[in-house]
Amino acid sequence: MSTNFLADTSVLLGRSMRHIFRSVDTIITTAITPIALMLLFVYVFGGAISTGTDSYVNYLLPGIMLIAIASGIAYTAVRLFTDMQSGIFERFQSMPIARSSVLWAHVLTSLVANGLSLVIIVLVALLMGFRTSASLLAWLAVAGILALFTLALTWLAIIAGLTAKSVDGAGGFSYPLIFLPFISSAFVPTETMPGPVRWFAENQPVTSIVNTIQDLFAQQPVGNDIWIALAWCVGILVLAYVFAMAAYRRRII
Amino acid sequence: MTRTGEPAIRVQNMEKSYKDLHVLRGVDFEVAAGSIFALLGSNGAGKTTMVKILSTLLKADAGTATVYGFDVATDALQVRESISLTGQFAAVDEILSGRENLVLVARLRHLKAPGQVADELLARFNLTDAGSRKVATYSGGMRRRLDIAMSLIGEPKVIFLDEPTTGLDPEGRNDVWQVVKDLANRGTTVLLTTQYLEEAEQLADRIAILHEGRIIANGTLAELKQLLPPAKVEYVEKQPSLEDVFLALVGNDGRVEASKDKS
Repeated sequence: MSTNFLADTSVLLGRSMRHIFRSVDTIITTAITPIALMLLFVYVFGGAISTGTDSYVNYLLPGIMLIAIASGIAYTAVRLFTDMQSGIFERFQSMPIARSSVLWAHVLTSLVANGLSLVIIVLVALLMGFRTSASLLAWLAVAGILALFTLALTWLAIIAGLTAKSVDGAGGFSYPLIFLPFISSAFVPTETMPGPVRWFAENQPVTSIVNTIQDLFAQQPVGNDIWIALAWCVGILVLAYVFAMAAYRRRII
Repeated sequence: MTRTGEPAIRVQNMEKSYKDLHVLRGVDFEVAAGSIFALLGSNGAGKTTMVKILSTLLKADAGTATVYGFDVATDALQVRESISLTGQFAAVDEILSGRENLVLVARLRHLKAPGQVADELLARFNLTDAGSRKVATYSGGMRRRLDIAMSLIGEPKVIFLDEPTTGLDPEGRNDVWQVVKDLANRGTTVLLTTQYLEEAEQLADRIAILHEGRIIANGTLAELKQLLPPAKVEYVEKQPSLEDVFLALVGNDGRVEASKDKS
């Protein structure tokens, strides 16, 4: 069974990667909105924002990457929903394959696709003057946190894909997630916000993740933020996975 | 594994409800190995529910169903080894080409030469020319042929066809009928659901009528005909039907002959 799982997952991963490379627009669109935001904030608003750092693009990049992931996972929900609608999901489930590989292939595809978008965004940021002294280890830590965040949100997307009634519903669930970085330390330091907003901003998952990545890029000690960030990511991941599997079992025996 | 004389499919006292809606209210039937069995019923009669339970996609509330002796609820994996489902809507990947769809299924069935399997099926279903094209460009009939071709990979002993000709034009329908007859000739057991009386009449060795969740008649066409009073003799001028006219005009006869020659 486990050998089947790996073989079947890689066959199905190959399938959805073909989808992605045949509609490269999904990667471009995932990257382009965050890039536009980055341009807007660095070259229009950035001059008036005081973050206490030398380079606003250095400050901004982590939040932009989280926005990219939050919008990128919507495509996973849409791809899964389309599979359910077209009947190909049922075809796979009625075949002698490792059944869970159907979901895992979508999850892995999400990791790869979001990874590609992030690479594009980092390249654009470099052109815009993003510089980091981060060591290889720090880069690996950034990649690890981003992958964990993607994984957690992807399982949320799986719930949406399994339970949505329409393709708009499948894709639309991600809007609040895209909005979260705006009320965090991603664009401006939380100290400037009024009380209740500041309280929310400082206690929602995005801020700790953004702070951690900002510190890793700046080669500063990450402090407690990294543990709070990891706890949020793992917590969301576990909860989303449990609910996704429950939704899955309701759809299929 | 297969006991001799054991029917390919046996369904006993099958019940299934969705909340207050009793879709199946005690369904019993058997399908002999190598035969074509038609489950005939109007929309909402429970045909798709029955097929989903048999293909291990849905759990029944009560009753048992076996495929070659394996219980669909407790031996689901063994059941999946011997069946293939062609659902109500062509379950094909629109973004992949026809050939890639076939290779995908062949890989998932862990076959040794997926490319060769794909090419053979493309030839058998008259799809060789379209094989490298995206499925999104296919006509309804081509999609359905590809869909059925995908279901034949790995040579399953039992094939479920859920309304295989719904939404097809007459040519597409005739192609599918030819494929189904061909399958039975090769010894595959076929369970098909249909709402078209003519389809059941043309294809099936046995016909069961599913109505309001129960099988209200089950037999060969000849047996079912005996349920009604004997036929009256009337003299009617034999006019060509619109279908005869349509098929003659679009030259379908040639195509059907061609696909017969290939098989």
